[in-house]
Amino acid sequence: MDSNSNSYSQFQNENSSLPDFIRNSSSQRSSSSIQSFHSKASGGHSVKEVSFELGSKPSVRYGSRGADSERFSSSYKEINDQDARLVYINDPEKTNEKFEFAKNSIRTGKYSILTFLPRNLFEQFHRVAYIYFLVIAILNQLPQLAVFGRGASIMPLAFVLLVTAVKDGYEDYRRHRSDNIENNRLAWVLVNDQFQQKKWKDMRVGEIVKISANETLPCDMVLLSTSDTTGVAYIQTTNLDGESNLKTRYAKQETQMKNPEKEKISGLIKCEKPNRNIYGFQANMEIDGKRVSLGPSNIILRGCELKNTSWALGIVVYAGGETKAMLNNSGAPSKRSRLETHMNREIIYLSIFLVVLCTIVSVCHGAWLRRHKDDLVLMQFYRKKDYSEPKVDDYNYYGWGMEIFFVFLMSVIVFQIMIPISLYISMELVRVGQAYFMIRDDRMYDKASNSRFQCRALNINEDLGQIKYVFSDKTGTLTENKMEFQCASIGGVDYSGGKAISEDEQTGYSLRVEGQVFRPKMKVKVDPELLSLSKQKHTDEGRHVHDFFIALAACNTIVPLTVETSDPALKLIDYQGESPDEQALVYAAAAYGFMLIERTSGHIVIDIQGERQRYNVLGLHEFDSDRKRMSVILGCPDNTFKVFVKGADTTMFNVIDRSLNSNTVKATEDHLHLYSSKGLRTLVVGMRDLSASEFEQWQSSYERASTALMGRAALLRKVAYNVETSLSVLGASAIEDKLQQGVPEAIESLRNAGIRVWVLTGDKQETAISIGYSSKLLTSKMTQIVVNNNSKESCKKSLEDALVMCKKLTTDSDATRRGSGARKTEIALIIDGTSLVHILDTELEEQVLIVYCTYSLSISELQSISIFNSSLSINLQLFNLSSKCTVVLCCRVAPLQKAGIVALMKNRANEMTLAIGDGANDVSMIQMADVGIGISGQEGRQAVMASDFAMAQFRFLVPLLFVHGHWNYQRMSYMILYNFYRNAVFVLVLFWYALFTSFTLTTAITDWSSVLYSVIYTALPTIVVGVLDKDLSRTTLLRYPQLYGTGQRQESYNGKLFWVTIMDTLWQSIAAFFVPLLAYWGSDVDRSSLGDLWTIAVVILVNIHLAMDVVRWYWITHAAIWGSIVATFICVMVIDVLPFLPGYWAFFHIAGTKLFWACLFGITIAALVPRFVVKIFIQYFRPDDIQIARELEKVENSRESRDAEIEMNPIFDPPRR
Amino acid sequence: MSSGDEVSQTISKKSKKPQYSRFTQQELPACKPILTPGLVITTLISIGIIFIPIGLSSLSASENVVEIVDRYDDACVPSTGNDEAAKRERLSFIQNAKTNKTCIRNLVVPKKMKHPIYVYYQLDNFYQNHRRYVKSRSDRQYRSPKYEGDTKTCDPESEIDDHKPIVPCGLIAWSLFNDTYGISTKSNPVPINKKDIAWGSDKSSKFGSNVYPKNFQNQDPIGGGKLNESLPLSEQEDLLVWMRTAALPNFRKLYGRIETDLEANEKISVVIQNNYNTYSFDSRKQLVLSTTTWIGGKNDFLGKAYITVGGICLFLAIAFLLTYVIKPRPLGDPAYLSWNLNSAEL
Repeated sequence: MDSNSNSYSQFQNENSSLPDFIRNSSSQRSSSSIQSFHSKASGGHSVKEVSFELGSKPSVRYGSRGADSERFSSSYKEINDQDARLVYINDPEKTNEKFEFAKNSIRTGKYSILTFLPRNLFEQFHRVAYIYFLVIAILNQLPQLAVFGRGASIMPLAFVLLVTAVKDGYEDYRRHRSDNIENNRLAWVLVNDQFQQKKWKDMRVGEIVKISANETLPCDMVLLSTSDTTGVAYIQTTNLDGESNLKTRYAKQETQMKNPEKEKISGLIKCEKPNRNIYGFQANMEIDGKRVSLGPSNIILRGCELKNTSWALGIVVYAGGETKAMLNNSGAPSKRSRLETHMNREIIYLSIFLVVLCTIVSVCHGAWLRRHKDDLVLMQFYRKKDYSEPKVDDYNYYGWGMEIFFVFLMSVIVFQIMIPISLYISMELVRVGQAYFMIRDDRMYDKASNSRFQCRALNINEDLGQIKYVFSDKTGTLTENKMEFQCASIGGVDYSGGKAISEDEQTGYSLRVEGQVFRPKMKVKVDPELLSLSKQKHTDEGRHVHDFFIALAACNTIVPLTVETSDPALKLIDYQGESPDEQALVYAAAAYGFMLIERTSGHIVIDIQGERQRYNVLGLHEFDSDRKRMSVILGCPDNTFKVFVKGADTTMFNVIDRSLNSNTVKATEDHLHLYSSKGLRTLVVGMRDLSASEFEQWQSSYERASTALMGRAALLRKVAYNVETSLSVLGASAIEDKLQQGVPEAIESLRNAGIRVWVLTGDKQETAISIGYSSKLLTSKMTQIVVNNNSKESCKKSLEDALVMCKKLTTDSDATRRGSGARKTEIALIIDGTSLVHILDTELEEQVLIVYCTYSLSISELQSISIFNSSLSINLQLFNLSSKCTVVLCCRVAPLQKAGIVALMKNRANEMTLAIGDGANDVSMIQMADVGIGISGQEGRQAVMASDFAMAQFRFLVPLLFVHGHWNYQRMSYMILYNFYRNAVFVLVLFWYALFTSFTLTTAITDWSSVLYSVIYTALPTIVVGVLDKDLSRTTLLRYPQLYGTGQRQESYNGKLFWVTIMDTLWQSIAAFFVPLLAYWGSDVDRSSLGDLWTIAVVILVNIHLAMDVVRWYWITHAAIWGSIVATFICVMVIDVLPFLPGYWAFFHIAGTKLFWACLFGITIAALVPRFVVKIFIQYFRPDDIQIARELEKVENSRESRDAEIEMNPIFDPPRR
Repeated sequence: MSSGDEVSQTISKKSKKPQYSRFTQQELPACKPILTPGLVITTLISIGIIFIPIGLSSLSASENVVEIVDRYDDACVPSTGNDEAAKRERLSFIQNAKTNKTCIRNLVVPKKMKHPIYVYYQLDNFYQNHRRYVKSRSDRQYRSPKYEGDTKTCDPESEIDDHKPIVPCGLIAWSLFNDTYGISTKSNPVPINKKDIAWGSDKSSKFGSNVYPKNFQNQDPIGGGKLNESLPLSEQEDLLVWMRTAALPNFRKLYGRIETDLEANEKISVVIQNNYNTYSFDSRKQLVLSTTTWIGGKNDFLGKAYITVGGICLFLAIAFLLTYVIKPRPLGDPAYLSWNLNSAEL
């Protein structure tokens, strides 16, 4: 993940952390925040108004209390009108009297015993296919239309519904059980001024809860006090976002001192309505007549664990289902695979086909009735009139028009399986099977992180075989996200001699206090020259170095933790923080003797060359993706105020005063260039002394901004902009980000497979390009096109130029290829975030931003937004250009731009996109892409939670796409086509027979056989083949990445194949139907016997058809295919020994004749010969890649030993144990 | 080594590493047949070799069947012709119970017919598979006297006026075929054996031996034959044959068997009671005398189909062989992979 990740970790140092001498102004704070509220309400431009100038200190500071409270109450009402939740501290009765807040019991189960049946059925019938079959089953219940027996017509649907209901019920039962365990856990709650144990489910909003170390939080609560005197609590959020490092939360000074068991605390917390943003919280607390603002650093959320803090008190603000953890509990949005989308198109063709068949039957029936209308009364087999009643009336005859209509409906019932309901079930089952094999694949298991492949979405397996674009995050995905401090440029001097000291000699910096040795946990290689410089205090250079390292040690949110070791005298200092860059920097500072020892909410202690120094942290402007920098305002031991800033070079050089020492700035810029071209991540560090007046100005506006309830982030950003100006440059740091194992090889294979790889990174252009080279994304053979502009017009211009150049290059290379057979010129596009901003519609971005911030909207809404905005022509140009490029590197991209780019390619190119990333900043991209993959690495679980598939390493993409993706696609495509064929052939046989029954839809095949056809006779083989069959072995697929193109070009499932299949179906149904018809024409055969012949003929036909296409015969395949045929014989026999059915004993009569077997044999061969012949001619004279590769496998197999299958490609498959 | 194994064992306990098995890694032993040219040609030729003899034998079997087919429905009514008047006259003739419907047909045996000679009646254009018709029956009623009133499914032929159930009910039974044939040569009558013409299974299980016809054909309109009320249904073999509804609109049903041989050129005369009304719609009645072989009656279709398919397969085998000789392609040559082809051609 990029350094952008900081934007999600809002560590705000609130006014509570301010030194005491300014604390008395807290009563005035409220009034200034009210002003900002008024302005917000009136004009909506509050951001502009809150600046240094606006904070007219004297009047605010010394305003009277009475007036103040009046204004306070007025604003109070106003906010009340807006959506706020009022929590009375320690007064759950009052809190819960007006609004019924959720209790703390949770219910993740969907159903109760009573609601299970209706709700589950309701949910299941959301599928259109089910409604279709329900309607048909209902139609069949009408006496006029009863074609099948009632039971027979309901059975398939009931079976499907039952299976799903049992599955849902079991899952829900497990959820209920775990809910029950959760709800009955105990916690200490303050009741009548004493802490008592209470069940979690009985806790209410407004109660005070006491949590001890290592306990799990039962609900979302605002911290009141902790065991730590400064009010710090450490929490671990593994359950919430998977991050294992400790985070700090702060109790307010106003409440920290109170002991609720002795004195009653009362107050009011006004906070936002429950929402799912786990990184945001805004509230005010009114306590002892003071108004205190609360932010995300004051709340601890359900599911977190308290660590390193012996106890903490908090007040429940959100409980049960309204906690942020529960609100975030919903899974990833469901996507639909492309194959399924295409399949739905073919289903529409099939429905048209069905309507055509029904129309033919009903119209012919109408014509037949018309022609025989005079004969109907006396026809023995029709008997229009019913004479049994005294009044002779028409018997089941509703007139010509109605009869046609009824016959139409009846034919829909009879031909219903033209729309294959079983296909939906089979697809689900096959996907489960495929997921099983993907999860179990030990080549996608990562030993280091002990994690398997995870399938989080079960309905897009086959999309993995059709990916055309891969969008990859860089940090943590391509690289390991283990940062190592490499070198630094300080005061215009480059110190990069880190390797001078060998690893063995180096003991690293350590600190001795009272006989104990403190040592940083991680060792950093140090530059000896810089080390000696850092010890000089009084030279200019030494001061510079001093300031630089103070900045590294202070300007961060790292928390030092002391870890005991086996040696009682030695203690390790572990720096816990959210940004690995910051960790690396703090370790580096420690190595040079600037060791961060302690951090509380108000101050930090840094040990400088053995001397403890206390710095007051007066304010901290956290990182955001706009500023791309963070700053800290320190009150130094010498009573001066300093602001330290560190950030990305692009934005830092805008706020650095070049006039101060232009040489240093120049030299630093040169060094930055050097570092980033080595592929290092750079940060620029700057500082400024604040005068007393500047400081006060900053302080008042900072307080006002940080207590604001609405628009706080924007206000704070404004304050930060104002203080982060005219800095003097201290230097720059360079951190190495190591590539993950196997990344270059994986990228190369992806490129060979014709997959366009896009890397989207927040890094600078030079860094990105150098990482591009080291990861083999870029090669020296490629032509690079760099787009790097600042305005929309110039952007458009350079895109146009690039397009022209592109065309020229491709035509040139075409020409040269013809001449010399040289390889195709590959083009790489390198584009930066600023240009992208201009290219991607700003409006689009904003909307994506909104969507992303809440990320509660569904993917389809995101799509509609981008479609709405995609009319921009410049967008189109980017698309045109990028579609010509084999590689695209986007640098300096914000998280939301990532989603924008993915959306652009997905909608414009109509190709399959895959996004892979590991951090919270990739969530939008992962959800936007057709397939989203989360790297379950060391960053949080946000990406994994949003992803469809999760794995541990980027290189697993190769086996995932080339092997599993290919197989999944081949299997699923074949299965869909086969299912269409299988059902259509049966329907056509029924249809042909209808033509010989004066179009009355009598079926020779019994009702039960019609029903069992897709359930027993033919279901299992297709599932087994769909799960197990492999067209090519793993080795072959990895050896020839180009084979992946089959899926990209949609070779296994497309319109042409569909129509060919339908033609084949037509022929096979003709053969299966007409051979017995003509062989038995004019004989004394009865309906049931002939029906049995047709049933068995069709079943044998479709099973042999499948057998012809099976590539690998496992014993399971044999069992399924031949077993199905045997099962059919058994079922037909069973049906024919039931004396209440008209077909009693028919099978035994007809199977006793030789003619029966001759027909069966003839049908099978005659029906399949065309398919066989077409197949072999294509295989021999127009072979596709898969066919050649398969032969290759066979030829090599016979040439070499049989172990070829097990032998692995050493690059992707480290030897297995 | 042993300590290393121990370590790996303790790791594997905690590890989520998927357990290796050939199944989970999709490496089960499999047979991978591939269609080599040899296999293809062998398959096609063997299909030809198997099919043609079967076709020939079934053709010869069909050839050996001796069949006499005589259409008598036109000849056994007073008037012929297509106009309305003729039709009305035919109808009034057949519907009138008092007219003499005896009709004598003289036939010549073309070849020697060995016994058993099957006597069939054949109806054309009679839809015994019509939906209304096939559903109008009650198998429960036929099986047991307990379900005598179980006639719901038999409409419109379920009850007579005073709500007494008809046994056997339903349109199928009601429309029972009732033409009769008596065959004689010049010298003496040829007995037609009407025993065991129905399926044994029908007699034993499907139709009850204690179910007797009741109220059958008691009421207009009368669809066909009447039943002897003293015989149980299981012994009414004509009914049983009729109730096995035919699959196709042109069908034969067994009338009886002749247990003696008929010599070639022998003249036989058939006395037909032409009772059954097929004149109200476009249908035909025929009398069929036929011997039988393994393919049943006279039908050349299967033989011809087998010979055609076999022939086509042989032809394809030759075509494939030729094309393969002219334009051979080595198996599994990587040069044929599409990306290799493209670079080679350009």
